Amino acid sequence: MQTLTELIHELPALQALTPAHRETLAGCARNQVFASGEEIMREGAAADAFYIVRAGGVAIVTPVPGRGEITIETLHAGELLGWSWLVEPYRNAFGARALGSTRVLALDGVCLRGKCEADPALGYELLKLLASVFAQRLRDTRVRLLDLYGSNA
Amino acid sequence: MLDGTALMPAPVRVAERRRETHDTWTLRLDGGPELAPGQFSMLYAFGAGEAPISVSATGDGTEHTIRAVGAVTRALCEADAVGVRGPYGNTWPLEETAGRQVVIVAGGIGLAPLRPVVRALGSRAMVLYGARAPRELLYEDELTSWGAQVTVDAPAAGWDGPVGVVTRLIERADFDPATAAAMLCGPEVMMRFAVAAVRDRGMPADAIWVSLERGMKCGVGHCGHCQLGPLMICRDGPVFRYDRVEPLMRAPEL
Repeated sequence: MQTLTELIHELPALQALTPAHRETLAGCARNQVFASGEEIMREGAAADAFYIVRAGGVAIVTPVPGRGEITIETLHAGELLGWSWLVEPYRNAFGARALGSTRVLALDGVCLRGKCEADPALGYELLKLLASVFAQRLRDTRVRLLDLYGSNA
Repeated sequence: MLDGTALMPAPVRVAERRRETHDTWTLRLDGGPELAPGQFSMLYAFGAGEAPISVSATGDGTEHTIRAVGAVTRALCEADAVGVRGPYGNTWPLEETAGRQVVIVAGGIGLAPLRPVVRALGSRAMVLYGARAPRELLYEDELTSWGAQVTVDAPAAGWDGPVGVVTRLIERADFDPATAAAMLCGPEVMMRFAVAAVRDRGMPADAIWVSLERGMKCGVGHCGHCQLGPLMICRDGPVFRYDRVEPLMRAPEL
């Protein structure tokens, strides 16, 4: 069976990190499986982890009065979920729910923050990796604001 | 095409009218000109006016899929007979991409001109389709049979597929950018971002084709309504290899 360290070394999402930094991350990681529809993160709750989707999918959700829970975006295999663990006050901005049976690698946010404080080089590399995700999601959100498929687009 | 018939609509009966979405219909014509994938006809709704409409099915029973967004297109969707001029424009590069996997990227009504291409390519087509909402998806049965990857901006209750922009499908899709080609159709701003995503995957500009639309009127390159820099979309397009139109698509005032 593949160890967590082996798994972390193979994940494409973490290839930008050095092997030594990936090794450090393994100390904060655990595998988790969520059943279809199971809550992964709750909006407003303490942001204590981030996740890399290994199989299945994740819906980023928020409740809207009168409409129930709305899916804002979906994430799929290889993609990163959650960065509120890095930003004060460390609370989830949105919720997340599994789409089908979903396997993730979960990284403990408190553990990671501790390691990043102790090793600023790791912190910088991890922040660069996450910044590329922030940039992509912000760009996608701006594109969605254009209402691309409308007759006036 | 300049003997006078090019500008003379011929009356053609609508053999079948099929509702695709709340505002979009597919008309199957009983006769009329034969079109190749990528080409368009000028369809005339008697008493209302004329609009350029791409062919959405070729061969037995030419089809045109029309979104009713204005007086002319609304009248076309309700017509029992239409005036037809055409065929106009060039075609998707089916010969040039023979044997290659083709990534089809469509947004909204932009799937209509690509539908004959997907049908022709069969298993070589990888269809990535984005729409505003599930209720606006075209050809739902065919999307399933094509194995299309579909994403929407605004999911409705019961939607369990991807939510997000179509560019995300490009980032996730399993294709070899060194050998595959791409054909894109949709609103121009969508195509700009979608092309950027395909280029980010490493596909060269000369392996990417886009279909442009700029208010085609005469269909034969004379009236100038669809001019884009040195090009007349109706005559030189509507399908262009991306390296040929990239600077033109980025110019804000063209």
